[in-house]
Formats: sequence, structure tokens, C-alpha cells
Amino acid sequence: MSARTRAFLLESIAAPLASVAFALVAGGVLILIAGKNPLSVYALLFGETLGSAYGIGQMLAKATPLALTGLSVAVCFRAGLFNVGAEGQMTIGGLCAAMAGLAFPHAPAWVLLPLGLAAAAAGGAATASLAGWLKSTRGVHEVITTLMTNFIAAAIAGELMGRLAVAATVRTETLPEAAWLPRLADLLAGVGLSGLAAGVRASPANAALFLAIASAVGIAFFLQRTRAGFELRVAGASPAAAATAGVEVARTTRLAFLIGGALAGLAGTSYVLGHKHHYETGFAAGAGFVGIAVALLGRNHPGGVLLAALLFGTLAHGGLVVNAEVSSEIVTVLQALVILFLIGSLPAFQALARRRPA
Amino acid sequence: MIGALLLLVAQTLRISTPLALAGCGGALSERSGVVNIALEGLLLAGAFGYVVGAHAAAQAMGIGGQEASLGVHLAIAGAGIAGALVAGALLSGLHALVTLRFRADHVVTGVAINLLAAGLTKFLLKLVFGSSSNSGWVFGLPRVPGLRGMPTIGSAFGDPLVWVAIAAAVLTHVALFRSVWGLRVRAVGEHPAAAEAAGIAVRPLRASAVIASGLLAALGGAWLAADQHQFTEGMSAGRGYLALAAVIFGKWRPVAIGVACLLFAFADGLQIQLQGTDFPVPQGLLQVLPHVLALALLAGFVGKATPPAALGKHHP
Repeated sequence: MSARTRAFLLESIAAPLASVAFALVAGGVLILIAGKNPLSVYALLFGETLGSAYGIGQMLAKATPLALTGLSVAVCFRAGLFNVGAEGQMTIGGLCAAMAGLAFPHAPAWVLLPLGLAAAAAGGAATASLAGWLKSTRGVHEVITTLMTNFIAAAIAGELMGRLAVAATVRTETLPEAAWLPRLADLLAGVGLSGLAAGVRASPANAALFLAIASAVGIAFFLQRTRAGFELRVAGASPAAAATAGVEVARTTRLAFLIGGALAGLAGTSYVLGHKHHYETGFAAGAGFVGIAVALLGRNHPGGVLLAALLFGTLAHGGLVVNAEVSSEIVTVLQALVILFLIGSLPAFQALARRRPA
Repeated sequence: MIGALLLLVAQTLRISTPLALAGCGGALSERSGVVNIALEGLLLAGAFGYVVGAHAAAQAMGIGGQEASLGVHLAIAGAGIAGALVAGALLSGLHALVTLRFRADHVVTGVAINLLAAGLTKFLLKLVFGSSSNSGWVFGLPRVPGLRGMPTIGSAFGDPLVWVAIAAAVLTHVALFRSVWGLRVRAVGEHPAAAEAAGIAVRPLRASAVIASGLLAALGGAWLAADQHQFTEGMSAGRGYLALAAVIFGKWRPVAIGVACLLFAFADGLQIQLQGTDFPVPQGLLQVLPHVLALALLAGFVGKATPPAALGKHHP
């Protein structure tokens, strides 16, 4: 086995799997404390989610925004930046998508749908760019900036909703149908898979899923096959080396937040354009923060992020399934534990990978 | 006018209490070289610990209503404070373990700790109080005798934790700059290798600073819960992040951090007073005045702030 394969197996396969296992065990202890049987709770959680086409549809719907916020955090991580602001970027993205749809009630779908997606990406990118700009020009740490912009984004969205919301609700009007992303069930039926389509019909899974997959492919290509992506990775690996080699770190910082913000903004479209067809205050519901766990578990690699999003999507839907047994908050705890176990054990796995095989 | 001004002063002091306590904690941790984004989670854990401690004590003493003699009230509040300190020590102990023993990235650990605190408090809330959003009513802190009758200002100076926060800023300064422990904390935060050569055990010392920060921040959380007489989910509401901004803006000096916290609290008090007036800024945006102020101040001044040299770095 080559050293590279060995490092990959240990750091990108063994470490994430071990962290998930540890988190499930520690979460099991909590379930025991709550007076329930962890095995039956987990059986219910995974069984109900992965055991039927409907459950899988729900899981995919939950995984879609997580994949996009995960990609957002991952791109920034690869540039050596920690984007804790995906939540705010997603909020503004979702709101912009809704506003674009509502602004042109009579536009055809071939105009309105791309416009909605572009508005979401632009809104998220603009929100994140504040952090990129403050970091690259004023040296303000991006963690502080992105955390503060989460609050500011929520306030701006709240203020706009004061004007947009349907009376006595926290949601906008329903968007014109031309702005809707197609449902997964309709797409499956369209290619002749009517059996599967019937299964996922009741779930909110929609075409944003393919947007997430395409984004992952696009990001992988960008990072591995383009000059800008290479510069971004070099700046992330070693800013000093990058500067010496002529890479402008201020530029990669702004670029990373621009791309990361656009991805987080797109994460808002699954709910707004694909599921509910309106914007609702608080719809992001922590997906921006879970994106951090998704990126870390996916080792900041687009493919890994997609897999991690599937796991956290399973947990997110499963948490609702088991809510009658234990608080669905067990899922948030599991997410935090996965991060802690992973970042705590990774140095050990890396040391193991560096050691010469006997 | 005078009345409104006094109210604003009182509001500012009260609002700055959790910020200043968390900020002083942040100073201790970061001076030792450990980044502490977890202040947010520590505030939340402290608030939850207070409610559980106070609730358990009230139950143990058979107090069902909202009336109790001063002695009983003191015992209940004391149990609440103890609960907060235990919660803060546990969570910051975990932070120290993961960052120091297992050498994880400090910032990512902090974010994970915050996520853990958010999830765990809601999970346990349902277990203890049967609701995922808020606890039942608990006793707050007894008022400082003699000051409770003071008009307007009494709401701040009658609150024992306001005094504790003021004392914390001074004591943290003394601890950092006038004690052997503080000298060592600063040494491991600036140059751990040199400190180690001088015979200081780097990791245990850093762990002590991180846990001290957890205790202080948890006291800030206890104030939140005691002030509201209950725990509500996510009640830290970003105060830990503001405290962290104050740490940077105060250049890692406790008294300056205290002043920065007063500034943020003033902004918050001001926006509360401006709500409902015809001030020409939308009310929803006014709410984030402290956050906007924090961003503006950091953007304007951060170039002059030099963090401890070994902040966020692992020691071999």
C-alpha cells in the first residue's frame, strides 16, 4: 500500500467513521440517561429514515441544504478561512430568491428560475463578502465578522419581512409557479421511474439536490483543475509560502468568501424555491452551523461533503422521527460530538499515517 | 430627561454584566494561548446550570411558590451559582481536554462546544423541566441590602452580580499582571517553549486558565438566568461572541475589556430606549446596534491590536 493510500484510508475513512461511531456511543449514553434504550432509538432513527422511499426522500431534502452549506464552509477551510456565517448567508440567499420570484410574477420559468437561483447566490456572496473584505483589507478575523453578520443578516431579513410578510405570519406570499424548482418525484416520473416517484411524492425532495451535486462537482474541478483553485489551496496550506510564490492572499481570501457565500446562498433555494415556495423567517434553522460539521466530517473534500451531508440529513430527519422517544435535540448533540471526536482524533490518525508501516 | 439618562446608565451596567464576566474569562484563556470562541456556549451552560441548581435546591427544601425567607432564598441562589460553576467547569474542561490533550484546532473546538451547549441544554431541559424551550420559574439572586430602594439605579446596584462583574474586571487584571500565576499564564501565551525551559508545565497551566475562563463566563450565564428567573433556549443570544469582540477590542486587558463591554452594553441599552420612538432607523435594525458597533470598532482599530504571540498554537 502506498503511503498516500494509507494516509487516505486513515485520515479520510477511518477517522470519520470512528468519530461517528464514538458520537453514537456517547449519544447512546445520553439516551440511557433519558431512560430509553439507545439501540431501539437508533433503530427507529435509521430504520424510519432509510427504510422507505419516503424516508429517503425526506433525508435527501434535509441533506440538500447541508451539502451546500458544507461546501461553503469547506471551500473557505481550503483557503485557510473559517466561515461561521453560512447561516446568515443562507438566510439572505433564501430571501433574495423569494424577492426575485415575487418581483416578476408574470415572467416565464426559463427567466424566473435562473433569476431566483442567481439572486440566492448573489445574496449569499454579498453577505459573505463583507467578511472577505474586512479580512483582506483590515485584518479583522473572519470568525468574528461572520458571527456578527449572522445577527446582522437576521435583523436585515427581519426588517424586510416586516414589509413583505403576509399579515400575521412570518412568511412571504407564495412565489409564482415559474420560480419553483421541480420536485424530485416529478423528475423521477419524467424519466419513467414512476414506482420510485410515488414513494418520494410526499417528501419535500426537489431539484436543489442536483444543484448540490453539480456544485460539488464544480468545486472539485475548481479546486483541483484551475489556477485560481490551486492558488486558493496554496494560500490555505501556507499563506507565507503562497505570498513568496506570488499568490495574492488577499485575493484568494475574497474569492473564497465570494464562492462560499454563493454556495450558502444557494442552500436557501431548496426550501424557498423547491419545497415551500415561500420564504419564512428562521427557515435556515441551523443548517449553516451544521454545515461546519458536514465540512469537517467530509474532510473539506467535495465528495466527502456530499457523503457527510447524507449522514447529517439522515440524523436531521431521524431526530424528528424519534422526538416522541427522546428530544430531537439529541441530533444537535451528535453533530457536536462528531466534530469534537473528529478534530480530537485526527492528529493521532495523522501521526499513525506518517509512521512507516512495519 | 435625567430619569431616562439614569435608566440608560442602569441598563448599561446590567447588560454589561454577562458580557464583562465572559470577556474577563476570555482574557484569561486567550492570554494563556487558547482561543475561546466557546464563551457563547459557556454562558448558555452557566445559565442552565443556575436554573438546575436553583430548581433542585428549591425542591429539596420543599419550596413550591415564589416566596421564601432570606436565608432560604440565599441557599437557593447559592445552589444556582454552584450549578452554574459546575456546568462552566465541565464544559471548559472539555474545551481544555480537546484543545490541549488532543491538540485540536481551538476555533473549531469552540464552535463545536457552542453547538454541544445549545443541543445539550435543550436535551436536558426536556428531561428536567419537560419542555424544550424554557424552564419553569426559579428564584433569582437576592438584592444587595440597602440598595434595593434606590430609584432607577437600584436595579443595577442592587444586583450582586453587577458588583461581581466589576470586581472580576479588577481581579482578573490583578491576577494576570500582579500574581505569579498570571505571569506564568502570560508567559505560556507568549512563548511556551521559553516558559517550559523556565520550569513551567505548559498544558496544566493553560488548562487552569481555560477552566478559570469557564467559571467566569458561567457566572455571566447565571446572571442571565437569575435575571429572567428562568432558562430559555439559546438565551445567550450572541453575548459570548460580543464578549470575544470586546476581548480583541480591549487588547486582551481585563479593564479595557470591561470598558469595551460597557460600550456594547450602552449600544444595546440605547437601542432598547430608542425602540418605540420616532428615531429614523428601522427598529429591527436597531436591535443589532451592538453587533454593528463591534464590527465597526474592530474594522477601525484591530490593526493596532496584537494578540498573545502563541494564541491558537499548539505546544509540542
